Amino acid sequence: MHTKSLTELSHGLQTGEFSSVELTQAFLTRIKQHQNLNAYITITEELALQSAKAADARIANKKAEALTGIPVAQKDIFCTLDVKTTCGSKMLDNFLAPYNATVIEKFNQAGAVMLGKVNMDEFAMGSSNETSYYGATKNPWNTNKVPGGSSGGSGVAVAARLAAFATGTDTGGSIRQPAALCGITGLKPTYGRVSRYGMIAYASSLDQGGPMTHSAEDAAIVLQTMAGFDSKDSTSVDLPVPDYSANLNQPLTGLKIGLPKEFFSADLNAEMAAKLSEAIDEYRKLGAEIKEVSMPNLKLAIPAYYVIAPAECSANLSRFDGVRFGHRCENPIDLTDLYTRSRGEGFGKEVKRRILMGTYALSTGYYDAYYVKAQKIRRLISDDFKRALTEVDVIMGPVTPTPAFGIGEKMSDPVEMYLSDIYTIAINLAGLPAISIPAGFINEMPIGLQVIGNYFTEAHLLNIAHQFQQVTDWHQQTPKGFE
Amino acid sequence: MEWETVIGLEIHTQLATQSKIFSGASTAYGAEPNTQACAVDLGLPGVLPVLNEDAVRKAVIFGMAIEAHIAPYSIFARKNYFYPDLPKGYQISQMDHPIVGNGHLDIEVDGVTKRIGITRAHLEEDAGKSLHENFHGLTGIDLNRAGTPLLEIVSEPEMSSAKEAVAYMRKLHELVRYLGICDGNMQEGSFRCDANVSVRPKGQKEFGTRAEIKNINSFKFVEKAINHEIERQIELIESGGKVVQETRLYDSVKDETRSMRSKEEANDYRYFPDPDLLPVIIDEEFKAHIKANLPELPHAKKLRFKAHYQLDDESATILTTSRALSDYFEAVHKTSGSEAKLCANWITGDLSAALNKANLDITDSPISHERLAGLLARITDNTISGKIAKQVFEELWQSSATADEIIADKGLKQITDTGAIEAIIDKIIADNQDQVEQYRSGKDKVFAFFVGQVMKEMKGKANPAEVNKILKDKLA
Repeated sequence: MHTKSLTELSHGLQTGEFSSVELTQAFLTRIKQHQNLNAYITITEELALQSAKAADARIANKKAEALTGIPVAQKDIFCTLDVKTTCGSKMLDNFLAPYNATVIEKFNQAGAVMLGKVNMDEFAMGSSNETSYYGATKNPWNTNKVPGGSSGGSGVAVAARLAAFATGTDTGGSIRQPAALCGITGLKPTYGRVSRYGMIAYASSLDQGGPMTHSAEDAAIVLQTMAGFDSKDSTSVDLPVPDYSANLNQPLTGLKIGLPKEFFSADLNAEMAAKLSEAIDEYRKLGAEIKEVSMPNLKLAIPAYYVIAPAECSANLSRFDGVRFGHRCENPIDLTDLYTRSRGEGFGKEVKRRILMGTYALSTGYYDAYYVKAQKIRRLISDDFKRALTEVDVIMGPVTPTPAFGIGEKMSDPVEMYLSDIYTIAINLAGLPAISIPAGFINEMPIGLQVIGNYFTEAHLLNIAHQFQQVTDWHQQTPKGFE
Repeated sequence: MEWETVIGLEIHTQLATQSKIFSGASTAYGAEPNTQACAVDLGLPGVLPVLNEDAVRKAVIFGMAIEAHIAPYSIFARKNYFYPDLPKGYQISQMDHPIVGNGHLDIEVDGVTKRIGITRAHLEEDAGKSLHENFHGLTGIDLNRAGTPLLEIVSEPEMSSAKEAVAYMRKLHELVRYLGICDGNMQEGSFRCDANVSVRPKGQKEFGTRAEIKNINSFKFVEKAINHEIERQIELIESGGKVVQETRLYDSVKDETRSMRSKEEANDYRYFPDPDLLPVIIDEEFKAHIKANLPELPHAKKLRFKAHYQLDDESATILTTSRALSDYFEAVHKTSGSEAKLCANWITGDLSAALNKANLDITDSPISHERLAGLLARITDNTISGKIAKQVFEELWQSSATADEIIADKGLKQITDTGAIEAIIDKIIADNQDQVEQYRSGKDKVFAFFVGQVMKEMKGKANPAEVNKILKDKLA
């Protein structure tokens, strides 16, 4: 059951081939068998079985939707009523949200079954899942390797078949990078497409939730549930949600693909370049035209991001002060002591580093040189994309510079770690949608191809990804021991 | 050396919206602690602000009333600082692009009108309250107030005395209540003032170093605090010291200001645009709609009262100090059909005195405008005299009866039958021949004695005009 697509699972549930309780039980068993991967922070077994029972009743009443009865792993960044929401941090180890995030609410309405909350880099700050207070998550393709991050738990849950699908969030690559390193499909929607209400903020102007699945076909089904305007999120966009599955089979004849020369420069790892070239050849065979484009400001994406994201996070994380919720130090002697020890003890190293960087960048005397300049660069990068997207329909490139690196390999060098998001960050700065799809293996580790589209063209991206998945089987590979 | 003072005020007005500026929680005052704070007000992880359109509307109403520039594009910024009653660790405010730009307000001090510039007015959220009593040395936090919409109104440093500052503050207080955008309740903190005060040698162009006095919450304290601060600064400079830029607190018990924090200790608020909120775009249509519905402003109303009702300056000024009072006046005038002057005199005289004594606002007056109009109508049609009217007024205040009921009940109807009055006057002249002699020999004052006697005899019900006329005839 655990290898089936969402469409197959839904079909199986509705024809009575298996029940949601059986399906849920099967996944729960696998989760327990593979606890060494450290994918889940919280397993909600009882709640899952209850939801599965309710889903079975709904299916019996012929009221089922596409995801009714299907088990999902939720990134532990989405607030869940009465189920612990940690955001991968000691700070929230004791936090029970009194409300559901809009995304969680939507999955509940759809009748999806939450198996639990999955591991992530602390407050979504990291590219390897190693900054989690709950320990590193391991890549099922090689347990000595990282799964990527910050949605590493989600990537592993899907790749190791510990859930039928998962949710992730992407601020600088946090869906696409772990999707690539785990060999699954991950879509970061246009900024404003999925509600951020109840999604614990890292960098508010960049954060966006999205699906992490086995295939583009599955991603279309999951995005259908996640997307939509939310009056509780002022930055969500009030545009109709198209039928994401409707055009999956559209042929790609005449599709114009742009390859930014800045992505394919001499800096790109040769094996990676070769693999991507093979993937792009598949598109050529599908009738697409390939064109080189130039986006001269791309090289500024990382520095701009590492001003804007920390600046926003430095304010977003101020609410964790030990006063109303979260970690509070023992026996504070005064207010300053309460703040400094609660925050000092509750936050990990990377979170502190980014709070400090952001605080610095916003300080009097530095604001113009850092924050204002970074915003200008952000505009230039957006303009680069806009210009390129008038010449071509989509842009393709790598997701990561290399396949998954070793656990511990980059933890001592933050800049090296930051560079692992070099191909994904610019897309967040521009607010564009992008999808990562499996595109082969290097040294038995999966790599991804990134497809970037214009604003609100998720349906087209899914169509382009799906067509690739009709002629390749990279997305159907399963790590050894997890078949 | 002669000194002159420079004062600028920052006034925080709580906007009278039903719900908070970024959440749906109620803004009502006085609820049990933390019962009016929702997830957004508590700053829980994951929550997001959604702007209350009514707060924007009220800010624009204010901007139009002070003839200010209304920004077509304004943005919210985060003002970062840690405090236990500031749940998010930042206050959502406006910095570079406030909603209301340059405007002005005219004040009057000792008969002279002065125009005070208003630099800007911006929207922001209020913080909660820290409670230090009854917590056994700990601090309690009440977040009911957190997220209440505030309009911070910043004046130019253009006031040169405490008196002017108070006049400005009163004028602004009157205006926001007129506009219905703030209830003006200073005890409940709906209208709060920070004063920036500096002194400089008379004639000097550059400003002296200023001190900011925080949170002064009554007109009386503003005047005292500023005067105290002026004195302190002058004394300090004259004794060879230097004023330092700092924040000071006014202690109303000791009547002094004391240092709270210096410039060096001041927070770096690290303002930056709030990424959770979109820019506020105000188009012509929105402005036109507000303009069309803007109430008549105090100054315009005062001029109209003088021109249309022929009221003197003092009455027109008093009657237009609040919208409720002016509405009351116009209702009484319309219902009673009496002269405007008579209505104005009764409202600014007897009624105001009674309200003051009972510590009541016009909106809580025990005498409705209909009942006062009923009384004035009877004065106008000569049913009762002004003197009897005062007696009826007392009854109106105490009971719920109408003036007509009281007049009928107590038999207060005025006697205008000249025959009856003549008979009484003849009798009094006959009984007081000495006084008649005095009057005829030129002592005019004695006339009042006769009037008094007649009124006494007739229990005050004689029509005074008739009495005067007949007396004059008979004594001639």
